[in-house]
Amino acid sequence: MYVAVKGGEKAIEAAHQLLAQARRGDQSVAEIELAQISEQLALAVARVMSEASLYDTELAALAIKQARGDLIEAIFLARAYRTTLPRFGESLPLETSRMTIERRISACFKDMPGGQVLGPTFDYTHRLLGEMGQAQDAPGAAASDAGPASAVAEASYPRVADLLGAQALIETDPPEPSEPPGDITREPLEFPAGRDLRLQALARGDEGFLLGLAYSTQRGFGRTHPFAGEIRFGTVDVEFEAPELGFAVPLGRIAVTECDMVNQFRGTANTPPQFTRGYGLVFGQSERKAMSMSLVDRALRAREFGEEVTAPAQDEEFVLSHSDNVQATGFVEHLKLPHYVDFQAELVLVRQLRREWEERHAAANEAAASDERKAAE
Amino acid sequence: MSQPSYNFAYLDEQTKRMIRRAILKAIAVPGYQVPFASREMPMPYGWGTGGVQVTASIIGPKDVLKVIDQGSDDTTNAVSIRAFFAKVARVAVTTHTHEASIIQTRHRIPEAELTAGQIIVFQVPIPEPLRFLEPRETETRLMHALEDYGPMHVKLYEDIARHGHIATTYAYPVRVAGRYLMDPSPTPKFDNPKMQMSPALQLFGAGREKRIYAIPPYTDVVSLDFEDHPFEVQRFDRPCGLCGAESVYLDEVITDDRGGRLFVCSDTDHCEERRAAGQRGADAVPQAEELR
Repeated sequence: MYVAVKGGEKAIEAAHQLLAQARRGDQSVAEIELAQISEQLALAVARVMSEASLYDTELAALAIKQARGDLIEAIFLARAYRTTLPRFGESLPLETSRMTIERRISACFKDMPGGQVLGPTFDYTHRLLGEMGQAQDAPGAAASDAGPASAVAEASYPRVADLLGAQALIETDPPEPSEPPGDITREPLEFPAGRDLRLQALARGDEGFLLGLAYSTQRGFGRTHPFAGEIRFGTVDVEFEAPELGFAVPLGRIAVTECDMVNQFRGTANTPPQFTRGYGLVFGQSERKAMSMSLVDRALRAREFGEEVTAPAQDEEFVLSHSDNVQATGFVEHLKLPHYVDFQAELVLVRQLRREWEERHAAANEAAASDERKAAE
Repeated sequence: MSQPSYNFAYLDEQTKRMIRRAILKAIAVPGYQVPFASREMPMPYGWGTGGVQVTASIIGPKDVLKVIDQGSDDTTNAVSIRAFFAKVARVAVTTHTHEASIIQTRHRIPEAELTAGQIIVFQVPIPEPLRFLEPRETETRLMHALEDYGPMHVKLYEDIARHGHIATTYAYPVRVAGRYLMDPSPTPKFDNPKMQMSPALQLFGAGREKRIYAIPPYTDVVSLDFEDHPFEVQRFDRPCGLCGAESVYLDEVITDDRGGRLFVCSDTDHCEERRAAGQRGADAVPQAEELR
């Protein structure tokens, strides 16, 4: 029974043991290894790394295993670890134009320097359950011999936004900020938030929530006339400038997906019309998240462009206050916690109100009955 | 585990019958959006599930199917959908407009004139022309019922006041048979005049939004405009770089990072047929090189 006034500790311990058993599942089935998760469930790993703001495939795989595949729980685990890590500096901005491309597509131009590189994608597949292609059937085959090259090196892939920018058809990158970008994991979020904080919040934000918001802008709630200017996925160097060295050294490479959304033009009396932009960047391969992020980023720039703020996706406070899934799941699920005392207070009040209502009602009935009697006489 | 098997053209016959009923109603009331019970399809919403369901419901073993996306037969999604029907319906497929009995399209109408007996199936993302003036479906249905299309004219007028032009370049609203306001799907407005009195049957399928609508052959389709700002289509100040065609819709291809641009026919079949007939544009490579 769940009324235990004492013995709660024992019950919790037992629940944890049951969780461990449930996590392991049937003992006759081999236990899953971390490398299997990071290699074969790479997109789940990417989502955990993105929304935990922690690039570490092994830790993310561990979090997924520990969370029994519940990705928000895994994000929670990874974030709870991240927050304990010391911070020794900030990397230089990523140079995504120098990305080693695995996939790069534009929906604006049929072709451009570097071309359309389809890369590994579910797009254009038919969703027929059980058909996984040849790699599935040939576990022993070395992928490198016959298969397509996994990364298209050497060729140059200028960013589509830069190509459009060369003709001033699209707004240019904003100037280098004079202050270092903010960090909502270190400072409390205040409104109005700058675009740096907004983008950070969106990059950490829940994929499903941002997807829904992005979708709402496409259906008329804060429309932005988007075109997928460019989506690219590949690896980039992370560089760090140590003060005692005076020059940048590479720390390693990370896989990222970048999306530049091209949106309908704005112009003023002082500037000719040009396309505006929304931006998305996430760890690993997640085009859905990067695209959603860039749509919502553009929608959130409504005030900057003097657009009327009418829809949820344009409302900075609404979006940023509700995009964090660890916060959201925590608060929603906290309703499972005991609320005995508050509920008791409500019970007392509602009983009192009902008693008063019944008294009034009885009095009114009595009065009506006596009226009827009088009328009958 | 045994492989699941699928009916001819993927959908089961009851579903096809339901969709055919919606299509018949749509033809009977030109431009009116008929709700239908759209099915889950083995490709994502927004990738042509509406068009695929319409095509799957009308296609027969003797049909010849052409699929284009952005005017081209070889864009990824067109290839994918064509392969889908070749697999699940084993029908003949073609890239030639005049050979096809059914043409499924996304964003274009072929340059070659369609003929009586042909059916063109449009993939539609947002079927409601009033959606961006009024996001709520309950309201827009009422506006259609009352023929309350004034807000659309106001929107076009505001474009003119702000930009000096109507700033709608694709999904340009049309009035069908003098009654319903209709979204021609996001085709560039260049293609709007091709809908007017077309001998072909035009069907529109929107899977995610669960709507089907139609323009029967030889129906009046008028693009909205004003007396002092008549409807105009896009004009290009140069012909196709490969085949030299004029008065066609062109794609802009970026050729280098120094501002180089090539303008070519968006309708690849039209371009190829012209080149096969010996037409050459200014940027066409010599024939030997083209053959590689």
